[in-house]
Amino acid sequence: MHELSVTESILNTVLESAATHSVSRILKIHLEVGELNGLEAEWIQYYFDVLSKDTMAAGAQIEVHRKPSEFTCHDCGEVFPLDLKSVSKVTCPTCDGKNCSLTGGSEFYIRDMEAV
Amino acid sequence: MPKVKLIRIREEILSENKNLADSIRADLSRRRTTLLNIMSSPGSGKTSLILRTIDLLSNSVSMAVIEADLDSTVDADKIAETGTEAIQIETGGFCHVNAAMLEKAAAKLDLDALDLVILENVGNLVCPAQADTGAHLNVVILSVPEGDDKPLKYPVIFKGVDAVVLNKIDYLQIAPFDRESFWEHVRALNPKAAHFEVSCTKGTGLESWVQWLKGRLQ
Repeated sequence: MHELSVTESILNTVLESAATHSVSRILKIHLEVGELNGLEAEWIQYYFDVLSKDTMAAGAQIEVHRKPSEFTCHDCGEVFPLDLKSVSKVTCPTCDGKNCSLTGGSEFYIRDMEAV
Repeated sequence: MPKVKLIRIREEILSENKNLADSIRADLSRRRTTLLNIMSSPGSGKTSLILRTIDLLSNSVSMAVIEADLDSTVDADKIAETGTEAIQIETGGFCHVNAAMLEKAAAKLDLDALDLVILENVGNLVCPAQADTGAHLNVVILSVPEGDDKPLKYPVIFKGVDAVVLNKIDYLQIAPFDRESFWEHVRALNPKAAHFEVSCTKGTGLESWVQWLKGRLQ
């Protein structure tokens, strides 16, 4: 994946936000990432450390909060998690219906940050 | 010790790219030019589908192609042979086309004179799915030999497109491909996408594809 451009985008966003909140150091950044996005947290941190070196975000820790893939059954209304890597069918665990659609797991945003 | 502040952000990652993509889309719409982004794995038939589309539409629709194949001009040359203008983006190993690359390439085209610009994205089912290029229409091609399980393995790309094209359907007789379960998976990820089954080599199924495309031009 393209972790470098993703990391640049995160850094720009947090620096912009910091400038409007009169803080001088960013300590921690929380991301919400759906598991479908397959972002490698380790690489994000690695690139972030390099890119943020001379900024107020230097040394900030990035915490990735994973959101599971979730499907909703349109027959019975059940919302259920599903590990798409290990299944070959999408069926509702409650009513066995096939009329299900993906309703969670593609989140990709910066939730908040801790700064002083 | 100063008090730690929790600053709420709730902004999409890649929002800069998204903002540029939105402005490209709006600019193209003003010029009544439609941008079609075609994505797939390498070898699924992006170039073949583009060549067939040119063949069927170039009499009635003025078009150009932006090629983003990795460091090669093979595909751009094939398109140029048809007489349709083709611009090559050298992505230099980059895994997808982003809005900034698209903007730079599109600047080389006489957009006001074009109805349709087709972007052939980098062959990859992961990265192109996450970067908005400014396209009005996003399409993914899957070819029969790749297997019917691909939507569940690469859900993000299937979730975000306007149409799914199943290519190389002439292989259905020899490949272990469960067509019903393929479309079922596509529907589970993306209930709104249009479905097409084609063989670009044999020329089958293409009429409904071009009719769909024509109906979506601005």
